[in-house]
Amino acid sequence: MLTRREALLGSVLTAAAAAAVVAMPVVASAAEVASLPREKVTLVAPPFVHAHDQVAKGGPKVVEFTMTIEEKPMIIDADGTQLNAMTYNGSIPGPLMVVHQDDYIELTLINPETNTLAHNIDFHAATGALGGGGLTLVNPGEQVTLRFKATRTGTFVYHCAPGGAMIPWHVVSGMSGAVMILPRDGLKDDKGKPVRYDRIFYIGENDFYVPRDEQGKFKKYETAGDNYDDTVKVMRGLIPTHVVFNGKAGSLTGDNAMRAKVGETILIVHSQANRDTRPHLIGGHGDFVWEQGKFANPPAKDLETWFIRGGSAGSALYTFRQPGIYAYVNHNLIEAVELGATAHFVVDGTWDDDLMMQVEAPKPIAS
Amino acid sequence: MPFDPVFTFGTTAAAALIGLGITHALDRASLEFPPPVAVSELVVLGPGSFEHPQPGEFLKQNHTVAAPVVQETIDAPLEIMKYQVSVSDYGLCVADGACKPADSRKIGNVPVTGVSHIDAEAYATWLSARTGEAWRLPTDVEWAYAAGERFKGDIDGGESDPNNPARRWLTQYRQEAALGRKPDPEPRAQGAFGTNSKGLSDIAGNVWEWTSTCYSHATIGSDGKRTASSIDNCGVHAVEGFHRTYMSNFIRDGKSGGCAVGTPPDNLGFRLVRDRTGFFQTTIRSLGLTLTAAESRVHE
Repeated sequence: MLTRREALLGSVLTAAAAAAVVAMPVVASAAEVASLPREKVTLVAPPFVHAHDQVAKGGPKVVEFTMTIEEKPMIIDADGTQLNAMTYNGSIPGPLMVVHQDDYIELTLINPETNTLAHNIDFHAATGALGGGGLTLVNPGEQVTLRFKATRTGTFVYHCAPGGAMIPWHVVSGMSGAVMILPRDGLKDDKGKPVRYDRIFYIGENDFYVPRDEQGKFKKYETAGDNYDDTVKVMRGLIPTHVVFNGKAGSLTGDNAMRAKVGETILIVHSQANRDTRPHLIGGHGDFVWEQGKFANPPAKDLETWFIRGGSAGSALYTFRQPGIYAYVNHNLIEAVELGATAHFVVDGTWDDDLMMQVEAPKPIAS
Repeated sequence: MPFDPVFTFGTTAAAALIGLGITHALDRASLEFPPPVAVSELVVLGPGSFEHPQPGEFLKQNHTVAAPVVQETIDAPLEIMKYQVSVSDYGLCVADGACKPADSRKIGNVPVTGVSHIDAEAYATWLSARTGEAWRLPTDVEWAYAAGERFKGDIDGGESDPNNPARRWLTQYRQEAALGRKPDPEPRAQGAFGTNSKGLSDIAGNVWEWTSTCYSHATIGSDGKRTASSIDNCGVHAVEGFHRTYMSNFIRDGKSGGCAVGTPPDNLGFRLVRDRTGFFQTTIRSLGLTLTAAESRVHE
């Protein structure tokens, strides 16, 4: 008789075998790639992004990244609700990887023995083999290295896709992140004029589906496998119990709020691997927004709210003009306030009375 | 009109409730008073005066300023519950049909939470009727007096810079973040948060308490102290605990009711004060009835 773990692995391996059939060779000339310069990048946890050039220096290179998969319980709200999380590199979302067009991303994916499930990675930026998913399936105790060419510019989601019913379950357990492939000469506005950012923030939005007990309280499970049956039932209802930024309600507020100054330009990369969302910066705008996230298309200008399709990453460039606290929300306000999708920017600087002023403070209505 | 069982039942139930109310009134009139409710332990505080930051929002010369600190006086002994009203006490009111069931799922000797200002008022009215005493929510000043060293005012960004209103918002935000208070949503047994110097238990624990003080916008006069004008909004009341904040009367869960950034109330509950010479008490006493004596202690 199969144990649950064997059963889970079994369905995964069948899917992997199917994937291998359609896998295509991705390297045109191994020798050419082997002669390229190599750069090793250490990833950092979101909302921060590893140091990178906005305009590429020199020619294409191979950029090496390593991610370790961590299965671990994580707290996802102020009530202490626990998710049996599956993570790339220990964070939800996984880290943002930044390269330039025509560079090669070379990822080593490690699935430590302490994990219980098989995992892989599907890069929406990659071409072939189910985005690399067909070539990266690793059991606990294994590691794999995948290289793919960054052919198209833009922000792209990556996520775990170990086959069948495992796919959505792994994704709503936290296994997604994003890649940003910059044009070699950097970002440009709608007229083709170069634009730069002073700070970049990566926000990954997640929908979670935590089962409840008879009293309506969120249930806690020993291991990820134990929650599978209950969780799938909630998932099938399509109504998330949590919609959060960076793995937890309130993960980007208070001491962890994002910081900027008046006059600074920020780029916000926003990914949602599973479900549509509509970011909005309360009190600000999107000066230039790549709603679909692909830099070959001119950015939309002056947006109030932008739409991120489930399974994609978009980005918005904005220069702060006024100090204060800005809330960055999913403008389904029920999801923002009740389910958790709210972040804050703390912006210092000088107030501009021309843009806004309180002409008269609240006072009794003049009779 | 088709027969509507739900509607009919609803109407019948409502009629039954009204009927019960009338029965109670009759009982009282015929001196068959319902079994007395065990009154929770009271603390009696002697009169005194203290410095108190006023509740509400304050404007001076068209810009926001920190709440003025005023010398407040409690001039008669203040009788206030030692503990917050418990789940079991509140349950008696629910059983009598006078209170709506609370949203909390706790049982027994735990403060009742998941109650709105409306619920707290309903409980006070019910308790007054059941005991023949005058029970009510404390005012902000009374609560602060009883909270003593545990009283904390609003998280206040101080005087705003007329040239940069954002400065006050940023100060307030950073102050709140710096408090570093972690959410603590699970109510604990009565007494778990200890006793303050005045002998009250669980002040400023993880249950914020409703008061009878309305939210107000006030304009400060030129002396910087006196209120020149103010507009009250009694759809919103002050709640007190780890910090003072303001909640709409119908809110039962502080987390969803506030617009606070980092420290919304973990839970909403209440405790009551008893007015010494309440109308009911006088009436009952004049009828020669004795009620359960509350254990009282006088401090200071």
